[in-house]
Amino acid sequence: MKTILFIEDESALQKTFGEKLSQEGYKPISALDGEIGLKLAKEKKPDLILLDLILPKIHGLDVLKKIKEDEEIKNIPIIVLTNLEGIEEIEKAMELGANAYLVKANYNLEELAEKVKKALEI
Amino acid sequence: MAFKKILEQLDIFAQCKKYHISLWQCPQFLFVLMGLVIITTIVASYLITALYITNPQIVILIIFVLTAILFIIAFIINSSFERLAEANRMKSEFVGIVSHQLRAPLTNLKYIMEFLISDKTIKKQSEYFKIIQENNERMNELINDLLIVSRIEQGKIFVNKEKVNIKDLIEKLISRFKTFTNAINAEITFKAQENLPMVFVDSSQIKLVIENLLDNAVRYISNKSEKKVEIKLSKTGKNLFFEIKDSGVGIPKQDQKYIFQRFFRSKNVMKNQTQGTGLGLYIAKGIIEKLGGKIGFKSKEEKGSTFWFTLPIK
Repeated sequence: MKTILFIEDESALQKTFGEKLSQEGYKPISALDGEIGLKLAKEKKPDLILLDLILPKIHGLDVLKKIKEDEEIKNIPIIVLTNLEGIEEIEKAMELGANAYLVKANYNLEELAEKVKKALEI
Repeated sequence: MAFKKILEQLDIFAQCKKYHISLWQCPQFLFVLMGLVIITTIVASYLITALYITNPQIVILIIFVLTAILFIIAFIINSSFERLAEANRMKSEFVGIVSHQLRAPLTNLKYIMEFLISDKTIKKQSEYFKIIQENNERMNELINDLLIVSRIEQGKIFVNKEKVNIKDLIEKLISRFKTFTNAINAEITFKAQENLPMVFVDSSQIKLVIENLLDNAVRYISNKSEKKVEIKLSKTGKNLFFEIKDSGVGIPKQDQKYIFQRFFRSKNVMKNQTQGTGLGLYIAKGIIEKLGGKIGFKSKEEKGSTFWFTLPIK
């Protein structure tokens, strides 16, 4: 079973999308802030990371940067899942090596699950 | 009528009051003040020069003082404009921040509704959930529009250019409106010239523009007896030319000059339709101009409207 680390501070979203991921046959691991997210990424070495940007303790872009600097986990695909859609954030995230940048408000759960499936196929 | 307008323009105090700013921050007042100072300076210089013709030092000194006053007033006018620009920037930023903050709870609701609707055990309530979902979607769309508007105004609109086949895009969009056009017994026809080149634009943004124009066209024909929307796509010179013609309510002449303004909604539209934010055309104009094209329309009340835009072929 593929594991997915879901770094997101909105507990409502953890519940809904986490549940959706379980239904699709994945094992979601939840992290409610950037610090825990980074720690779990190193410990559990998930198959995919879903990363929010506005996070307590460590900002999502810094989490992304630190993961990409770590030899052991830098190859894990990362999908940035946020409601921010400024030019700066999108360009920065792609430059740092995110595989995709998705704006939550523009997707429903079904479409998000589809994106996760695609990212895991690569 | 025109004379009355000029008189209104001349009433500086009323103008300044309208914008809720003090006289010393009001460009109209400062402008008139500067004019008065210039006239006084000229007259004073003439009189003083005539009087003190034998003493050039005093003449130079007085002209120097008057010039200094002019300079100070110009400075005040300039900084009042700066404040206006700053207030405008802050307003756009405020809209951006608030819209963004509203997005998080709306997204949560959206996902929860999706879950509830997919749950087969609560079939009875799902009808109501669908209504909540639709309303949630409307709020999401409004927030999206506000975010785009704030970005257009701050000049921060993100353009991710790629090769796009506009013809395919239009066909896809038309099929999305099928259910609606079937329901109201309307017809959308689409004619495209052969072998049109691809254009280098941001596909999601151009989609938004065409969607807005299409949405307007079908929305405002719904209570007319003849319901027709014609879309044409062709190549003219170095541009791709898009045109959408409807047999709808049209835009009254006095409203036509405001049609691309934010939040503007024509009165005859308000009679028939209550939905809509009055942002669609403003956004369309912002995006088309950002992509290097032009946008325009012609319209006749009760006869219908034709909107067009061009996109440069590269």
